[in-house]
Parts: sequence; structure tokens; C-alpha cells
Amino acid sequence: MSQPVQFRRGVRRWWDLVEMLAWRDIQIKYKQSVMGFLWAILMPALVVGAGVAVQYGLGWYAGRRVDVQNLAAVAVKSVPWAFFVASLRFATNSLIANRELVTKVYLPREVFPVAAVLSQFADFAVASAVMIVVLAFAGIGASPALAWVPVLVLGLVVLCLGLGMFLSAAALFFRDVKYLVDVVITFAVFFTPVFYPVEIFGRHAATAMLNPVAPLLVGLADAVVGRRAPDAAWTAYALGVAAACCAGGVLAFRRLEPWFAERI
Amino acid sequence: MADTTVEVERVSKKFRRGELHDSLRDLVPALVRRAVRREPQPELAAREFWALHDVSFAVSRGEALGVVGGNGAGKSTLLKLLGGILRPTRGAVRIHGRLSALIEVSAGFHPDLTGRENVFLYGTILGMSREDIRRRFDAIVAFSGLEEFMDTPVKRYSSGMFARLGFSVAAHVDPDVLLVDEVLSVGDLVFQRRCTERMREVIRQGTTVVFVSHNLRAVSDLCSRALLLDHGRVTAAGEPDRVVEAYLVDSLAGRHDVDGRDAYIARVAVRGADGSRTVFQSGERAWVDVDVTARTACDRLSVTLYLQDGNALGVFDTSTQRLGLDPIRLAAGETFHCSVQLDLHLAPGTFHVGAALIRYDVQREYDRWFPAASLVVATDRDVRGIANLHPRVVAFAPGPAPAPSSRP
Repeated sequence: MSQPVQFRRGVRRWWDLVEMLAWRDIQIKYKQSVMGFLWAILMPALVVGAGVAVQYGLGWYAGRRVDVQNLAAVAVKSVPWAFFVASLRFATNSLIANRELVTKVYLPREVFPVAAVLSQFADFAVASAVMIVVLAFAGIGASPALAWVPVLVLGLVVLCLGLGMFLSAAALFFRDVKYLVDVVITFAVFFTPVFYPVEIFGRHAATAMLNPVAPLLVGLADAVVGRRAPDAAWTAYALGVAAACCAGGVLAFRRLEPWFAERI
Repeated sequence: MADTTVEVERVSKKFRRGELHDSLRDLVPALVRRAVRREPQPELAAREFWALHDVSFAVSRGEALGVVGGNGAGKSTLLKLLGGILRPTRGAVRIHGRLSALIEVSAGFHPDLTGRENVFLYGTILGMSREDIRRRFDAIVAFSGLEEFMDTPVKRYSSGMFARLGFSVAAHVDPDVLLVDEVLSVGDLVFQRRCTERMREVIRQGTTVVFVSHNLRAVSDLCSRALLLDHGRVTAAGEPDRVVEAYLVDSLAGRHDVDGRDAYIARVAVRGADGSRTVFQSGERAWVDVDVTARTACDRLSVTLYLQDGNALGVFDTSTQRLGLDPIRLAAGETFHCSVQLDLHLAPGTFHVGAALIRYDVQREYDRWFPAASLVVATDRDVRGIANLHPRVVAFAPGPAPAPSSRP
């Protein structure tokens, strides 16, 4: 068999697996639930609702009116944030949860964290579609700046993949990682500009933006609601970090993979 | 050699007993210790052991290699090394071609998904493309015999159904190399039969099969070569019948405790017309030798001899008393021997020989030894069950049977 054919077959198999596992995770999530797939819409709606409520509360307390722009920005940031959080949680557990497969059948193991992120992405896509409709009704129209959205979302996905790979492998060796991730993610919402604009951090705003998720979220809000291109330097920084995370994640994963079956 | 599909070259695999450090709290001291201590590490650190040690073999296209051995002999480790799940500590494993493993049939199933969904999921996991699965779907379902349950979540399946569906999917992947770990024992008899048939077909089609099993008959039947593992080392290799024999001899030796007995069975041996062996053709004649030793004077002893199949079902039972022989009387230190000739009209399988030394009138059992020896029965004709009634078809034609008087 020629090398390219073999390679194409390998890639094909790899993608088949990712698709199948992601599809399985999506299926399982909504099996035997009354609401079924509606949860994919309801969950992010609740997160957005929480964000909006926080905005309202703060606005009321500060005595200023809450405008649609602000609420829209919160919605635009909290949906990808929910995706980021769910992907990380899910990806971190992906190898442990598939222990049977890791120890019994040979698969290219990257498929587990990748499929975990992909399955969460499906939810994200559904929620985004709903959000687009809502935003259109709220009068947030299209603009050329929307061209940035795919770039920023891609950056977020790449970041999730990189972190997911690294954390899934780490959690396989040390179960502590699972809990650390949970804790960090729970608190991360306080130092990530999801429910607030980044300016709320005052002179620490730049520090807050060092968190690579922050520029991506702020950029999304800028592009969608603000109708302007996101800050070039911060976007470049976030994309760079995402790419580095992904490369590092893949390398670490590859290095550790031979021990997966006996150390899990 | 172009025809070699599986090559295992001086492979060793080290494992560690007990817990590894599983949390950061344990890891840090361990790392510090490792950094501080500079003396050369011994080959096997404390608690480490060789699960496999210096194992080499090669399997060619269309060959079926059986691997036998007791629990913990390293069979599963070997399969995992072949499957690429584990990496050898030393040596190299080379597989030429597409590999698929039938290890623990239903690891890939998810209980909440339906039978149909699981067929696609598990098929993909085992390396089939979506089109492959679609094309073979009907064949897979027909093989499993679960047509009506394809839309039921598999968590509602019985364990037999679960395993059957798993095997059916796995049996329809066609790889160049197939690893099989003790899966032919799932399902009912009909299904087991179908599995064995399917294995034969796969081998005929030129797939290389590495087959791990405790079902010694299946190994003798299906494999062209076999390997005996004992504590990680290859202790016998070659002709399956010979290897199975070596395994039986090994695993049954020295399990008989004779301390504190007034009289005991000192030896039980099975032999054929040409000397000691354990594999017989169905209908062949075998001899079982039993040697008895008395420590104190004993009277009215008789030797009981019995056979059980692999499922502990009594197949045959006799005793010297029931055969009308005189009771045995022994003075202290005396020995006695008897040899019983048996015609093995048995269906193929593994049978275990037991012997007991009993005084019937006072119901005293001096000694019992089971299994004292084992034998494997093979046939050229495919008969199943326990006994071989030597079937011969004497009429086989269309139309009604002729009148009874004209039958031979």
C-alpha cells in the first residue's frame, strides 16, 4: 500500500472515531431526559440569563440604566465562556471516563479529548444559532467586523483542544488534576471578563487580559456588539497562546501516551 | 520474510505490584528521592516483576497461534503488547498489516445507546469505516440473532445478548491480524458454535490469528501452532496438541497432599498404546495407571476411577470393587498398582481423571486425587456433547423412507 493512501486512511479513521465518540457523547447527554435536545439551548440560556441578571443588578445598584448593548455583550461572551468551561471539564475527564477503551482496544488516544471538545462545540453551535436570532431581534445588526468571529472562535477551540489534551493526560496520572480544574474553572468567572466589561478591573485590566480567554471574549463582544475589529495586539497574543497551548498539549500527550494503559 | 505478519522479538514487560503514586502529594517525595539517590538502579526494583520475559515468536499469514497458560502467565499482557496498548520494556513487536483485537467484546458499548447505535460505535472503534459498517450491518445483526432488539438500549439486554452483539460486530471486521482473548465462550451453545465456525472462516481467508484461551479444545481445534506461557516465559511451543499436553502436565503436577493419610494414591498416569500421552483420538484405547501406597495396614480397599469434563460434569465412574475385583489388603509400607483400560468413546474435549481410594463397607475415604491427570480427546468427525456414538449416515436420499422390513 502506498504511503499517501495509508496516510489518508489513517486520517479518515481518526476523524471517523472523533465523530463517532462526539456523537456518542451528545446522544448520551440527552438520552432518557424529558427535555432532550432542548437542554442544549436551555443551559446556555440560563448562563446568559445569569449574566444579564448580574448586569441588571449592578446597574440598578449603581443607579445607571442598563442598555441593550451591554446585555448583548454579556450574552455574546457568556455563550463561548460556557463552551470553554464545559469543554475543559469534559476533556479533562475524557481519558478516565473511557478507561475501558484506553486499556482494552488500541485507538489513537487523542480522539478522546478531541471528541470531548467537539461534542461541546455542537452544543455551542446550537446555542449560538439561537443567540444570533435573539440578537437580530434585539437590533444588533451585521457588520464587516463579524468576519473576526470565526477567527476568534477558532482560537478558542484551539485553546480548548490544547488544554484539553494536556489536562486529560495529566488527570490520567493524577486524579488531583480533575479537582484542580474544577476549582479553577469555578473561580475563573471572577477574573475573566465574562459578565463584566474588562474595564471593571481598572488598572489591572491588562493583567486580566493576560488570561488568553479574556481577549477572545472581549474581541467577540467588540466584533458582534461593538461592530469594530478587536484589539490587534491582544488578539494576536491570545491566538499565539492558543497555538502554543495546542502544540504543547499535543507534544505532552504524545510523550505520555505509551504509559496510559498501565497507569490509568 | 514477506509472509510474516506478527513478529515478536525478545520482548519483556515489567510491571509493579501495589499502588503507584496517584496524587501529587505522593509524587513529590518520590521525585525528590529519585533526584537525591544517585546509585545505579537494579534491573528489577522492589515490587517489580516481569510479566513477560524474553518472549520471541513469529506468525505468518493465515496461521493461527494459540496461547495457553494459567492465570497470570502473561497471556493478556502479550495480547496488549501485540495490540499496541502497552509498550514493551525491552524488545520489539512488529505487526505488518491492519490489526484488530477481539479483547473484551463489549468494552466499546455504551449502555444507553440502542443496539443499532452501538453497532456503529463499536464498529468504528474496532476500525471499520462507516460505509463498511453500513454494508455489513445486516450480516452483523443476522449473526447476532438479535434482529428484534436493534432499537432497544443495550442496558436492557441480558449479558448473553450483550456479548453476542459485541462478538458479531467484532467478527465482521476483517483485519490482517486478529487478536482474540477468550471470547468464544460467550452466548449459548448455538452461538458458540457459530463463533467457532466464523473463526475458522476468518483463518481460511488468510487472516493471522493470535488466540488466547482456556478452552483447550478450541486451541487444539483452531490453531496450527501454540505457545505455552508460564510466569512470563515461553515454556513450550509448537504443535497445539503437544503444547496443550505440556500445559496440562504442568498445571496439574504436585497438587496432591498425602500427609497424614494411612494409605494414599502415589501416582496416576494416563498412557496410550505407545506410551505416556494426553491427546487421544475419540474411540482410541487408553490406560490409566494407579499406584497405591499404605502407611499402616489397610484392608478391603478399592480404587475408584472417574472422569469429568471441563464443566465438572461426571462423565464416567467405576471402581475395582464394582468391576468385581477382590478388595485390596495392604500391610504397612506395602504398595499396590492397578491399570485400567478404557475405550475413549468420548466427544472431543478436555477430560479430567480423578482417582480415590475407598473402603466401602465402612464408608471410609483414604485418599482422593482430582484432577490427577487430564486428557484431550480429538475427532476427525464433528460430533458434540459428551459421548461419541460414532455416527454413520446409512440413508440419505430424497423421498420417503422404505418400509421398515427392508432396512438393514
